Amino acid sequence: MYKYDTYDQAMVDARVAEFRDQVRRRLDGSLTEEQFRPLRLMNGLYLQLHAYMLRVAVPYGTLSSAQMRMLGDIADKYDRGYGHFTTRQNIQYNWIKLEDAGDLLADLASVEMHAIQTSGNCIRNISSDQYAGAAAEELVDPRPYAELLRQWSSFHPEFMYLPRKFKIAVIASETDRAAMKLHDIGIKLVKNDAGEIGAQFYVGGGMGRTPMIAPMIREFVPLDQLITYAEACLRVYNRYGRRDNKYKARIKILVHEIGADEYARQAEEEFAHLLGQGVEPPIAELERIKTYFQDPPFEAGAPDTLDRSDPDFALWVDRNCVTHKQPGYISATISLKPVGGIPGDASADQIRLMADLARDYSFDECRVTHAQNIVLPHVRKADLYVLWQKLDAAGLGAANLDRIGDIIACPGLDYCSLANARSIPIAQKISERFAAQEKQDAIGEMKLKISGCINACGHHHAGHIGILGVDKKGVENYQLLLGGSEGEDTSLGKITGPGFDEEGIVDAVEKAADVYLANKQGEERFLDTYRRIGIDPFKEAIYD
Amino acid sequence: MKILTGNDLKTGAVVWWDGTGWSKYVNSAADVGDEGDIIIAREEGARRVFAAYAIDAERSADGVRPAHIKDRIRAHGPTVRDDLTLNPGDPDTSNWVI
Repeated sequence: MYKYDTYDQAMVDARVAEFRDQVRRRLDGSLTEEQFRPLRLMNGLYLQLHAYMLRVAVPYGTLSSAQMRMLGDIADKYDRGYGHFTTRQNIQYNWIKLEDAGDLLADLASVEMHAIQTSGNCIRNISSDQYAGAAAEELVDPRPYAELLRQWSSFHPEFMYLPRKFKIAVIASETDRAAMKLHDIGIKLVKNDAGEIGAQFYVGGGMGRTPMIAPMIREFVPLDQLITYAEACLRVYNRYGRRDNKYKARIKILVHEIGADEYARQAEEEFAHLLGQGVEPPIAELERIKTYFQDPPFEAGAPDTLDRSDPDFALWVDRNCVTHKQPGYISATISLKPVGGIPGDASADQIRLMADLARDYSFDECRVTHAQNIVLPHVRKADLYVLWQKLDAAGLGAANLDRIGDIIACPGLDYCSLANARSIPIAQKISERFAAQEKQDAIGEMKLKISGCINACGHHHAGHIGILGVDKKGVENYQLLLGGSEGEDTSLGKITGPGFDEEGIVDAVEKAADVYLANKQGEERFLDTYRRIGIDPFKEAIYD
Repeated sequence: MKILTGNDLKTGAVVWWDGTGWSKYVNSAADVGDEGDIIIAREEGARRVFAAYAIDAERSADGVRPAHIKDRIRAHGPTVRDDLTLNPGDPDTSNWVI
C-alpha cells in the first residue's frame, strides 16, 4: 500500500502544528467560535450531539495493520473505547476533547494518517472497491488511480471552497461495490477496443435530499489525461455550481439543470483548454504510485481447498468470503453487524485484534467497506479456519454479509446533530427480528439501509429496503422505501406510503420480506422480485 | 420553562445553565425566562460555553425534561449505549428519553 514520501509527511505534520496553534488560540480567546469553526472543520472536527466528533480519513478504505492498531489505541486514549466505521470508508470518534485534538492528530500523523478534508466544501476522501487488488474479476487495481486523485485533490488551492462538498469513487470491476454512480464523480476504469485502459466518467450522482444517478459523460479518458479531465469537471462545477442555496449546490443539481450533454460539452471545452496548461502530472508519478500497490508475495501453490467440516465455519465462508484472484487465497469480510449490535461500531480491543489479524493473515493490510465492515483482502485458505476461530471468539464472527442483518445505519439521532430520528435502534430491532439463520437464508441477498435524516448518510435511497427517519411533530417516524440499489444496476428506492413508528417499521420490513418470499421465482433476489412485480403487492401487504 | 444548554469549550461536553454556572445534569437547569440571550452572550464571551441555545422544558417531581427528543438525548446520552449515559446501567433512563 502507499507510503508517504517526505512531501506527504511534511504536509501532514505542518497541518498538525497549525491546528495545534489554532486550538491554543481558541482556548485562550484569540479566536471566536465563529472564526474557529471553519478551521476545526477543515481538520475533521465537528460538534455533534454530545461532544466534538473527529472524522479520520481512510484513503480508499485501505489501512495497514499499524494504522488499524493506532485507530484502536486512539479509541482508548482519546475516546470512550470504541470507534464507528462509516459509509464513506472512514472512522469517527464521538467523544473527543478539543484540548486533546492536537495530540490525537499527531498520533495519527505518526502512522501516515490525518483528518484533513473530511469536512467542508472540498474534495473529500476518495472511496473505492474494498476488494481492490484482490478481486478475481477486476481489470486493474483501482487504488493507484485513487491515490493519484488523492494527491491531486489534497490542498488543491482551486477546490478548497467549492459550492458544496465533493465525493469521488473509483472502481475497476464490472461489479460495483462502491456505489460509484451515486457519487459526484464516479470513475470506472475500462478497456477500449484498442486494448488500452482508461477512465469512464460518471458525473452528478448523489443521495441526500435530491437523489440522482450519475449519467456517463465521457466513455473513455486516456490515463495520461485523467487528472486533467477531473480538473475540467471540477472547474465547470466550481464556476457554475449554485452558491446561493446550499440545498441546490451539489454538482448533481448543476448537471440536472443544464443537462448531461451540456455539462459534458462544457467539460470538454475546459478540458481542451487545460490540455495546454500542463495540469497533468508526469505518467512517471502514476508509475511510482503503482509500485506501492504491487501484489504481496503470494505463496505459489498454496492449498486451494478448505476443510468445511465445522458447519459454523462453512457458513461463515459461504456468507463472508469471496473468490480471490490468486489460487489458494480468499478475501474475508469481518462483519461489524452482530445480532442486536450497532452497525459499524467496534471496540478498541476489536480494532486492535483486527489489526493483528491483518498483520498475521493478510499481508499487513485491511480495508474498510462502505457497508461498515472490515475486509482482510488476502487470506491464505489454509489459515482461514484459525482466523475465523479468533474472530468468532471476539464477537466478530457474524456470518451475514449482504444478508438482512448486514444493515447500513448512520449514527442517527443518538449521536448526530442533524438527525431527525434514531437509526441504530431500528437496525438493532430488525437485526433481532431476523436473527434466526433460516430466516436470513430464506430472504437471501438483502441490502437494508437506514438514515436518520434526509441527508442519507445511511444510503436509504439505495437499499433494497430503505428506511428514512423523519421528525413528525416532534415524534420519530419512519418511511419505508423499496427497490433501491447501489450496485452496477443502480436504482433509487420508492417510498411505499405513510410512515410508521418504531415498532411499526419493523413489522413493515417483515411484511415486505413475506411478500418477496410468497412471490419469489427461482433464484430471484428480493430486488429482482420487486422489479418484476412492482411496488403494489408490497403496499397492499404493508398497509393492510 | 426556558432553559439553556451548550457545550463546554475544552471538552465539548453537554452542559446546562443552573443559574450560577454550567452543570452536566439537566435536572440542575434553571428557568431563565427572558434572560437567555443575555446569559448566552455573557457566558460565550467568557469562553465558559459555546454553541449555547435556549429550549423549552418542563419541570415535574421527576426533574427537568426538555420538550424535544433531541435535547433529551443530549441530556441523557445515546439511547443505545447504557454504559455511556449519565446514569450508566440504568435502563429506565432510556425510557425517559422516549
